[in-house]
Amino acid sequence: MKEILNDIDRWRDQGQRVAVARVVGLDGSGPRDPGAAMAVSEKGEVAGSVSGGCVEGAVVTEALAVLAGERERGVVTFGYSDDEAFAVGLTCGGTIHVYVEPLDW
Amino acid sequence: MSPSTPDNTGGIFEALEEALRADEPVALATVIAGVGIGAKLVVRPDAAPRGTLGDPDLDRVVTRDALGELEAGLTVTRHYGPHGEARERDVEVFIESFVRPPRMVIFGAVDFTAALARAAKLLGYHVTVCDAREVFATPARFPMADEVVCEWPDRHLAKVGPSLGPRDAVCVLTHDTKFDVPAIVGALATKVGYLGAMGSRSTHAKRVERLREVGVTDAELDTVMAPIGLDIGARTPEETAVSICAEIIASRTGRAAPSLRDTEGPIHA
Repeated sequence: MKEILNDIDRWRDQGQRVAVARVVGLDGSGPRDPGAAMAVSEKGEVAGSVSGGCVEGAVVTEALAVLAGERERGVVTFGYSDDEAFAVGLTCGGTIHVYVEPLDW
Repeated sequence: MSPSTPDNTGGIFEALEEALRADEPVALATVIAGVGIGAKLVVRPDAAPRGTLGDPDLDRVVTRDALGELEAGLTVTRHYGPHGEARERDVEVFIESFVRPPRMVIFGAVDFTAALARAAKLLGYHVTVCDAREVFATPARFPMADEVVCEWPDRHLAKVGPSLGPRDAVCVLTHDTKFDVPAIVGALATKVGYLGAMGSRSTHAKRVERLREVGVTDAELDTVMAPIGLDIGARTPEETAVSICAEIIASRTGRAAPSLRDTEGPIHA
């Protein structure tokens, strides 16, 4: 979180709204531990990361959807779990749970 | 306020940011599923919690748990009942601990020090360079260090030693027994997680003699990583810095540091 503060402050100073995505859980292997954080500005600028690059694109899509009010804040799961295959996964085969919300706090 | 809506009165992020920028320990508890999703508590050891999860009993229980996780430096997800009941799963709370960065104290203001300080910054350490010689211990020579201290090693450690813990490292790079011995003796009296000393095998043999003379025991000598670093054939200050940092990581994780190709089992944890 600390490494993305400067970007968040800059975007908010510009009057942009910001979404924050945080890794909150991991099943199996995963490149980043819980707490890894990524921020996305309204314009689609990105700071930080939640994986080794495997799911960042999909997280940006989710973050922008949250900012646009198209989806509620909540946990998004990437990888394979509960027999349900998601379009985006980790190349290492693990499952990653990412909590995405607007920075409205 | 309805319990299903977060306390978005503002100031939560600012409280978190203030603690993070000051490198002060802080925990952020967020409801990530269930009743009150999005609600937050910012918990600090020496201040009242900020925010609310929507219920005073839940706040009290989560504050207690967050302080415990923060003390251990752990980031976890916990489940509670609506009023903080254990063994219930209505509310899922992500408790994220932010601890101060680990510290590295480097004794000896030499070329190897500059390279090691750069590598340690890359790994997120707060770096202090300490040397008793005024001409060498200057911020101009070590702009990458957080702090450059002109002081004898034993005196500096008398000051900062009590705050050093298992996540911290002391690297003794002077290879001059006049400075090495007080630095190692001083560091042995702390709870520092890694203590390494630079020098050839013969330099170290002489240093061991001096350390024994001043009363350092064999058990204490066993904890000193000397000659410092992993055996990767490092020559330059930069390569040596990588060898030292790799040894610090391996000593923390308890790994033997072979190539992953030559081992089996999980890469992480």
